[in-house]
Amino acid sequence: MARRARLPRASRTVLRPPASVGRSVPRLEGLDKVTGRALYVDDLRVPGVLHGRTVRSTIARGRIKRVRLDPAFDWSGVVVADHRDIPGENLVALIEDDQPLLAAEEIHHAEEPILLLAHEDPERVEAATRAVRIEYEPLEPVLTIEDSLARKAPLYRDDNVFKNILIERGDVERGLAGSDLVIEGEYRCGHQEQLYIENNGMIAERTPDGGLLVRGSLQCPYYVHKALVRAFALPPDKVRIVQTVTGGGFGGKEEYPSMIGGHAALLAWKSGRPVKIVYDRLEDIAATTKRHPAAIKLRTGVRRDGTLVANAIDIVMDGGAYVTLSPVVLSRGAIHAAGPYRCPNVSIRARAVATNTPPNGAFRGFGAPQTQFAVECHMDRIAAALGLDPLELRRRNAYRLGDVTPTGQVLRESVGALEALETAARRARWAERRARHERENRDNEARERPAGLGGAAAGRRRGETSRNGAGPRANGRRLRRGIGLALAYHGAGFTGSGEVKLGSIAALDLSHDGRPRILSASTEIGQGTTTMFAQLVAETLGVPADFVAVETPDTGLVPDSGPTVASRTCMVVGGLLEKCARAMRERLELFAERPIRDARDFQRIARRFLAERGPLRFERGYEKPPEIEWDDDRYRGDAYGVFSYGCCVVEVEVDLDTGETRVLRTIATADIGKAIHPILAAGQIEGGTVQGLGYGLLEEVRWKDGRVWNHQLTNYIIPTSMDASPIEVVIVELPYSRGPFGAKGVGELPMDAPAPAIVAAIAHATGARIDEIPVTPERLLEGLRDGARRDGSRSSPGSRRGGKRS
Amino acid sequence: MEPIPAVVCRLEVNGEVRECAVAPHTTLLEALRYGLGLTGSKQGCDKGDCGACTVVVDGEAILSCISLALAFEGREIVTIEGVAEGGRPHPLQDAFDVMGGAQCGFCTPGILMSAWALLSRNPSPTRAEIARALSGNLCRCTGYTKIFEAVELAASRLRGEADPVARPGVAAETR
Repeated sequence: MARRARLPRASRTVLRPPASVGRSVPRLEGLDKVTGRALYVDDLRVPGVLHGRTVRSTIARGRIKRVRLDPAFDWSGVVVADHRDIPGENLVALIEDDQPLLAAEEIHHAEEPILLLAHEDPERVEAATRAVRIEYEPLEPVLTIEDSLARKAPLYRDDNVFKNILIERGDVERGLAGSDLVIEGEYRCGHQEQLYIENNGMIAERTPDGGLLVRGSLQCPYYVHKALVRAFALPPDKVRIVQTVTGGGFGGKEEYPSMIGGHAALLAWKSGRPVKIVYDRLEDIAATTKRHPAAIKLRTGVRRDGTLVANAIDIVMDGGAYVTLSPVVLSRGAIHAAGPYRCPNVSIRARAVATNTPPNGAFRGFGAPQTQFAVECHMDRIAAALGLDPLELRRRNAYRLGDVTPTGQVLRESVGALEALETAARRARWAERRARHERENRDNEARERPAGLGGAAAGRRRGETSRNGAGPRANGRRLRRGIGLALAYHGAGFTGSGEVKLGSIAALDLSHDGRPRILSASTEIGQGTTTMFAQLVAETLGVPADFVAVETPDTGLVPDSGPTVASRTCMVVGGLLEKCARAMRERLELFAERPIRDARDFQRIARRFLAERGPLRFERGYEKPPEIEWDDDRYRGDAYGVFSYGCCVVEVEVDLDTGETRVLRTIATADIGKAIHPILAAGQIEGGTVQGLGYGLLEEVRWKDGRVWNHQLTNYIIPTSMDASPIEVVIVELPYSRGPFGAKGVGELPMDAPAPAIVAAIAHATGARIDEIPVTPERLLEGLRDGARRDGSRSSPGSRRGGKRS
Repeated sequence: MEPIPAVVCRLEVNGEVRECAVAPHTTLLEALRYGLGLTGSKQGCDKGDCGACTVVVDGEAILSCISLALAFEGREIVTIEGVAEGGRPHPLQDAFDVMGGAQCGFCTPGILMSAWALLSRNPSPTRAEIARALSGNLCRCTGYTKIFEAVELAASRLRGEADPVARPGVAAETR
């Protein structure tokens, strides 16, 4: 094993009590949220505010010939803005400057914004949107991955590929040739909508100093800041972005707020009045980002005992019409594509392609749920082909300490793959439940057989509990039960050199009343940032968490701590705050010439310090741990400082006649290093797991001519309280020496494993291995009907075909 | 387009009679939020799909975004702002806070109102009854488990029972 990281814990001075870290202390913002006092963007009262609306393209590709305002409509008091009103550059600055804030001439996707309107009366502005006439010269759109790869039309450079990634380790072709068995599979996943319950919304106003103030629902204040500085050609200190209480994000408010924020700001710029844009649900689903659809092929060579020898993986993701975040989504997806398994020969080729659909973007997991869905389904297919228990196959190949990932990263510490797997299997009573479902399914099948074939009493016995009294109640229905599992891992923090390039900063100062105050751009979006940060600082200072003040993410007040994404908030930014707190404690104790005893003592010393020495502020920036090396050009090295590991076990009941799947029980384990706040951490795992179950089972975005067809909650179905099965969460804590108190990332990991676990459970219940999610009743019935028991995989000559179950 | 004349709407909200100007098509949610400034009830879909706008009228949870304000004159309306008793959070609010029943908090007022209506007619609901009572309220953050646990905790406290054996809601296996 390579260099071993030194544990810096010897230098920690931690006073107990009051212990804060590891305890579920009351949330600092909890009371406001349960009493209705918390003010979200649409709850703010702004005198003289205008209501803004966006006029969008109804075609997926073409040119704008003419924009006309219907003269029959009374346009008095209506503010109209188009691309010519943008004072700076007409773009939404992100990775590549290819996306306009407002379409000028070319249309690259349906719902592309063209014109902005504002009026005092929300109903008048709504009516005005219907009085705008846009004439187009339509062009044939490219709407699928296949058409994009076939270059049906040139959308981006000469090959329609936004980003190409190749990761290679060992010699894949030789590895495949030398394997006992080669299993092939192809998997697909569709769009997924983040579906935060609070839609996107922003309020913008001009400030007396000639700048802009934009407040709203967002994850990354400095992303919006960067975009508006460019679009309005303003100096950075003239643009101020403030987060309001945010009703969920899940990635959906990572990059999109730059767009809606720019729109509100443009209307405010032109009218001189404050402007509020709050999307309704239809617009939010139709126009904003979604999870990237993907098509993934795996060709995997194994030995008869299940040891992985070689894995050739090809990934294509649909990026939509503009680059936005696709290169980095693809990157995370590619790096995780071989799953948490040791394999000496791996090649991963990944491409993100352009289509004429609204740009896909950040969504919890960021590419990894797609690729790990594929590899986990494939692992089950391999297990079936070898006649191995899926648990056993994973047990044999799961990462151990010292293993090497496809990018050549040596896993030096905190590798919880096996612990997550074994803990979940134990909790689920895997072998016992598996055997039981198989037995009961056989019994049910026998009973359902028509008289003369399977037993004369079959018809009469329908509707009864199976003989041993524990099987699914049939009531005339043909039900099957199954259990499935999936193992996943998730890198915490930005990929590769991302954290170095971000160079995040967080700060801690003393408020006027002598309390520690956290200054960071990391946002609270429901996941618990505020409280978790306060705990890290409180623990280090020896005070209770509610003694710590947390400043609102406001670019006028807080340093750029980077975006609130990538499972980085606790591990990276929290780590910086812990350092700040240590420095503050040292400084104050030096000043007092004695240790701090408690919160009152802290406050006494701090006030004296403020009076005698003036303000006290500590700022810490990200420093790359020396053992982390990454080569951007060759895609080699330490892709992440550390990985979190999680396992999901799902039991389902499938109705063979309706194709409906009911989740009976879910177990989720997660090695996250250290749960700073166990209830919040478990909340992340439970919520992410249910989003993953929705991804695997329910959530399907349907398209017609490049437009979302089911852009409402009646037909884009997310899990309700009736779909939620009991979830058991087990947190496994293998501490990471570089994380605050050992913590790694938690936010995204739980999104990775549930979908493939569902697919595995359905395959176990019915024998039908469905390679595409969501496994809607329609898709499952189709799978059961044609081929159903077919297994899509091909094996090398002389090998067994997997997936069959009778 | 002719402006639609506004009329005065008298609503009894949280035990207080209040007036605001509405159009005939103004929804109860709009009247509460923009007429009376009671912004605790949220607008999530405007179609009665998500339940964020749930308020309680005459003891029953209703969707205020698909209800016309004028139809609710003379009815007894309770919103999230009226749930706390004597300035202290209601046991349901406290349980949601303590048990992690709220994450982003946007669906929370609506869910609390559905749960409040449930507990006022059924002080000992089963898990299945809770799930059914909340089936019109979407939550994207929690996965519902902690919401169920919070309602159960509040119900037992409201019945005057001692808290169920303190359970952290999660088992930690530390190595």
